[in-house]
Amino acid sequence: MDALLRLFSLIPGWDQNVPAWASISLAGLLAAGLCLGFISLGPVGYVYVERKLAGFMQDRLGPMRVGPWGLLQTIADTIKLLFKEAIFPAAVNRPLFVVAPCLVVIGAFMGFAVLPFSPTWQGTDLDVGAFYVIAIGSLSTVGLIMAGWASNNKYALFGAMRSAAQIVSYEIPAVMSLIVVVMIAGSLSLQQIVAAQAGGLHNWFLWKFFPLNVIAFLVFFTATLAECNRTPFDIPEAESELVAGFHTEYSGFFFAMFFLAEYTEMFVASAMVSVLFLGGFAAPLPVLQTVAGFDIGPVWLIAKAWALVFVHMWLRWTLPRLRVDQLMHVAWKVLLPIALFLIVVIGGLLTAPATAGGFPWDPWFGWPLTALLCGYLMLTALRAWRWHARQVREAVA
Amino acid sequence: MKTWFADLWSGFYTVLVGMDITWRHLFTPKVVLQYPEQKWTLPPKSRMRLHLKYEDCIGCGQCARACPVNCISIKADKRAAGSAPIYAANGQAIKLDVKVFDIDMSLCCYCNLCTYPCPTDCIYMTPEYEFASTDIRDHLYRFAKPDAVFLTVNPKPPAPAPAPAAAAAAAAPKPTEGGAA
Repeated sequence: MDALLRLFSLIPGWDQNVPAWASISLAGLLAAGLCLGFISLGPVGYVYVERKLAGFMQDRLGPMRVGPWGLLQTIADTIKLLFKEAIFPAAVNRPLFVVAPCLVVIGAFMGFAVLPFSPTWQGTDLDVGAFYVIAIGSLSTVGLIMAGWASNNKYALFGAMRSAAQIVSYEIPAVMSLIVVVMIAGSLSLQQIVAAQAGGLHNWFLWKFFPLNVIAFLVFFTATLAECNRTPFDIPEAESELVAGFHTEYSGFFFAMFFLAEYTEMFVASAMVSVLFLGGFAAPLPVLQTVAGFDIGPVWLIAKAWALVFVHMWLRWTLPRLRVDQLMHVAWKVLLPIALFLIVVIGGLLTAPATAGGFPWDPWFGWPLTALLCGYLMLTALRAWRWHARQVREAVA
Repeated sequence: MKTWFADLWSGFYTVLVGMDITWRHLFTPKVVLQYPEQKWTLPPKSRMRLHLKYEDCIGCGQCARACPVNCISIKADKRAAGSAPIYAANGQAIKLDVKVFDIDMSLCCYCNLCTYPCPTDCIYMTPEYEFASTDIRDHLYRFAKPDAVFLTVNPKPPAPAPAPAAAAAAAAPKPTEGGAA
């Protein structure tokens, strides 16, 4: 926005003739439009990647028809969705029916306001940034319940109630494991949380108090996965049981909004996980933080968020959906006790002077374990490829 | 408490096992055939659309009798007396004028039973399988050609020594084969 204002000043006569409030409003509108455009275009990419991944993991190719390698498939789908008629069933509660998808989208988009892409590139550095994201994240629940209720459809209502139960349940372990990070960083501001993790991969909160924060990371990641209503926690829309859950009655543009919200929320949740545990915009090596004098923090944050979005998708095509009781079991009897245990133990460790800055062995695990994980993944990928090549050779011979 | 930890570990571990499997499948080459552009090379003797080589058909009707779903309909008359002799490719004389030879491929069950009794091997299955259409009547294939050009010289003339015996021998297998069918 400041850049836009500076750009306006370059226009001759702008500062003299245009009042300050007008140019600020105009810059704000333009900046908001740009951000909104970029954020809404994101899901087009995610949907393509998701469908491709789904195909690849099932030994298929995914979309291949529209454009080269099916690249234009999601664009075609988006256009189709936008131009399709939005059907209002006769018995719906019209105002709520319209407001619900808007609320869900707003809830997803508002998370972007505090995501720190770089020390300066951030909507606003709220002192309670982490708390804000959690609070805004629950806004979508309201939208989902509204959608389910307004649809006047028992399946939609089932989906809505399930989503309420699920998000309320998983919010708690998420917040509890968030508290761990907040205690270590000593601040709720996302900017300061990232600043506390600067200096390379071994400083990330993932490796603090070595085995403990990894567990906190897993708890938080699982909880955010559930809050995004993604498989294996997608019981609000469980298509085999509830038609399509809360968005059963939605079509056309309103359905597209739910879709947009889901994928945006995925990105926000993944970005939050990477801010809290994976160093946010801090590069894994301090050397890589700047390229040719430019801070490439945003690239790092987006790369980390996308990596986690990939894990979301990976899990989706790996795990079957949980039952409702299993879901509650996982939230209340597994994640919550672990998170409480971590709060107590890490809180205790932080108060002890000897371990206030983490265990002495913390820096020694980050790199080897990351290397081990990457090495394992690359090796298995290579072996899978070569194993298949051998099968083909044997079949031909 | 012990089972709680055991369950937790088994849950976590099995998720990792599943992720390992999907990760490996992410990199295996894909098995998809991009159909209209790429096609299967069909095995030899694959049973797809029926075809009739009308010029070789002697109109015996054994294929129609063998057909379990009656998708072949034949109408044949005796050829006009005194018309020039015509022959199938294997040397058999064609004594009937096949007026109608229709195969309704929408009925066909691709059993291949019609091709075995054919004395001149003129009905056979082709590897052609892309004949779906929006009108079921398109599946009725009419093979009778009024302007067909037949062989007027026997391509495999019988051994010249005892001409009537050879003709009898050529005619003889037909009824027995028909009886067997």
